[in-house]
Amino acid sequence: MTAAVPIAARAREGGRLASPHALVAVSALALLVAAFLSVSIGPTGITLASLPRVLAAIASGQHDAATAREQLVLLDIRLPRLLLGAFVGAALAVSGAMMQGMFRNPLADPALIGVSSGAALAAIATIALGNGLAGPVTKAFGVYALPFAAFLGGVSTTLVLVLMVGRSGQLSVSTLLLAGIAVGALSGALTGLISYASDDRELRDLTLWMLGSLSGASWPKVLAVLPFALLIALALPGLVRALNGLLLGEAEAFHLGIDVDRAKRIIVLVTAAAVGAAVAVAGVVGFVGIVIPHLIRLVAGPDHRVVLPGSALLGATLVLLADLLARMLLRPAELPLGVVMALIGAPVFLHMVVKRGVGGG
Amino acid sequence: MRIERLFRGVAAAFLCLLAAASQIIISAAADVTLTDAGGRTVQISDASRILSVGGDITEIIYALGADARLVGVDSTSQFPAKALKDKANVGYMRALSIEGVISVGATLILASERAGPPEVVKTLKTTSVPYVEIPDQYSPQGIAAKVRLVARAIGAEAEGEQVVRQVEADFKALADGVKRIKQPAKVLFVLAAQNGRATVGGQGTSAHAILELAGATNTAAAVAGFKPLTDEAIIELAPEVIITMRRSSGNDGHDTNQLLTMKGVQSTPAGAANRLVVMDGLYLLSFGPRAPRAALDLMRQIYPELGGEPAGSHTGATK
Repeated sequence: MTAAVPIAARAREGGRLASPHALVAVSALALLVAAFLSVSIGPTGITLASLPRVLAAIASGQHDAATAREQLVLLDIRLPRLLLGAFVGAALAVSGAMMQGMFRNPLADPALIGVSSGAALAAIATIALGNGLAGPVTKAFGVYALPFAAFLGGVSTTLVLVLMVGRSGQLSVSTLLLAGIAVGALSGALTGLISYASDDRELRDLTLWMLGSLSGASWPKVLAVLPFALLIALALPGLVRALNGLLLGEAEAFHLGIDVDRAKRIIVLVTAAAVGAAVAVAGVVGFVGIVIPHLIRLVAGPDHRVVLPGSALLGATLVLLADLLARMLLRPAELPLGVVMALIGAPVFLHMVVKRGVGGG
Repeated sequence: MRIERLFRGVAAAFLCLLAAASQIIISAAADVTLTDAGGRTVQISDASRILSVGGDITEIIYALGADARLVGVDSTSQFPAKALKDKANVGYMRALSIEGVISVGATLILASERAGPPEVVKTLKTTSVPYVEIPDQYSPQGIAAKVRLVARAIGAEAEGEQVVRQVEADFKALADGVKRIKQPAKVLFVLAAQNGRATVGGQGTSAHAILELAGATNTAAAVAGFKPLTDEAIIELAPEVIITMRRSSGNDGHDTNQLLTMKGVQSTPAGAANRLVVMDGLYLLSFGPRAPRAALDLMRQIYPELGGEPAGSHTGATK
C-alpha cells in the first residue's frame, strides 16, 4: 500500500494545475458538448435539425415515413445510447476513484472486488449455455438474459467476497485485495473452461462482449440502470468524507471519527452495483476507471469533493466521445467501444503522466 | 342513339372496372407476404434496395442476378469478392449497429438467422423496413429453402427456381459420385494449425456437414464444434486424408507447412501417404448455392481413383 504515498504527498504539496471549481465546470461543459455531438452525429446523417419536425409529428400524431425514420434514430436509438453511455462512463470512473481511494492504491479498479470477472463469467455462461442447458431461462428473459445474468454474476461475486472477508467482523482491505485476486483467478479459470467448450460463434460473441459496446442501447436498458444512477448520486456525498479520511490511512480516518468499516462496506457495495449495471448494459469497458480519476487528481489534486464529481462528468464525456468515434469511423459498421477508448485515451494519458510524473518521485 | 349511349356507358364502366382490377393485381404482385425462419409473417412492398447480412445470402442474391438492387452487405459476404468492394459494409453479422444498418437506406433486409447481437436484431424487426430471417441449415434441403426464401422475398422466383434446379442437379451429380465410393475414407478437417496445435472441425460444424456430403467419414465426429487437438489426439484419430483451408489471401503455404511439421500429423496414415488436401475455405464452408459443387470437388480430391474433372472454378491440389 506504499503506492498511496504519492497521492497523499501531492495532497500536502497542494500541487495542482487548476482550481477544483474550474475543473468541475470545464468537465460539465465538456459533457454537454459531448452529449450534443453524440445525439446530432450518426451514420444516417440525420441531425438535430430534424428534431422540431419529429416533435411536431409526435404532437400532431401524423407520421410520414421520413419523420418516422428520424424519430427512430433520434429518440429511440441515439438518445438512449447517449444516456446509457453517460451512465456507463460516470459509473465506471466513479467506481474506479472509490476503489483507488479505499485500497489506497493508484492501480486499484473494480476488478479487484470480483465484480468484472463475475459478470464476465455469467455472461459467457449465458452465451455458451443459452442454447443448451440454460435454454429455458434465456428464452424467458429474451434479449435481456445476458445483461441480467452479467449484473447478477458481478454483484453476487462481490457479495460472496465481502461476506467471506468480513466474517471476522472487520473488512480488512489487504485481505479483500488478495481474496479478490483469488476470486478473479477462479472466475477467469471457469470462463476459460466454458470458452474452451463453446463453438467459434459463441467465442466471437464473447470476444465482442469483452471489448464493450453501446450498440444495444434501448429505453428499457436506460430505465433498468436509472435506479443505479440514483444510488450513486445519493451515496456519493456521504462517502466523500470517508474517502478523504482513508487517504490519510485507516487509523487516521478512525481517529477523525469515521466509521471506517461501515464506509468500506458501503463503498464496495455501491461499486459492485454501479459496475455490475454498467457491465450488464455495455459489456466490459476498461480504461475509464483507472485513467479518469488519475486525470482529475493530476489536474486538481486528490480531494474527493472534486475527484468524485469530476470523474463522473469526465468519465461520461470520454465514453460518449469514444462511442461517437466507434460508430462513425467504419460506418455503417461499428468498432468495439473499449478498443476506441484505449486507442484515443491511452496516448493522452501517457502524455499527461510523462509530463507531470504521476506516482514518480 | 340511346342504345349507343348505353353501350358507351357500359364500356366505360367496364374499362373502369378493368383498371381497378389491374390496379389490385399490380399491387398484389408488388406486395409479398411470407413467413421467415423465425416464424414471423413479413410483408414486403418494395425490394428495390436490399441489405444482405450473411455471406450465403449475398451469394444467392448475386446468383439470382439481383446484385444491382443490393445496397449493403456484411463482412462475411466474401463471395463474390466484388460484393465487399461495391457495396456498403455494415460490419460483422453478429455485431451489427442499428443506426449503421438504417443508414444504408435499404427497403428490405435479408439476414441470416445467425445475425446479432439479439437486441439490435430485435429493434430492427420493429422498424418499418421489412426484416426477413433466412434459415441456415447445412443440408441440401436447407440450401434449397434458403434460395427459395431469398428469391421470394426479392420477387425473383423464376430465377430462384433456376438456381434451385441447378443446385439439385449438382447434388444429383454429387450423389452419383458418392455412390461409387467403395469404402468411405476417414478424413480430418483442419481449420487452422498454429503453434503446433491443429483446430479441427467436429460434430455440428459446416466442415462436418461438407465431409459427410462428400461421402467421407469425419474422424473428429466425437468432438463438438471447432476444437484445438493435440498431436496425440490426432494420432489416435488416424485420418487417411487431411483437409485444410486455403486462406483468402492466397498464402496457404504457412499453415500447410506447420501442419506437416507436426509430429502427430506425420505419423498418421494421411501424413505417411502425404494425403493433404488444400481447398478454399470459403468455397467449402459457406453453404450457398456452390455447396454441392464444393462437396463434389472435395470428393474428387479425397477419392482421386474415381476420376473426374473438378466441378467448380475453385479447385484444390493434392500435395
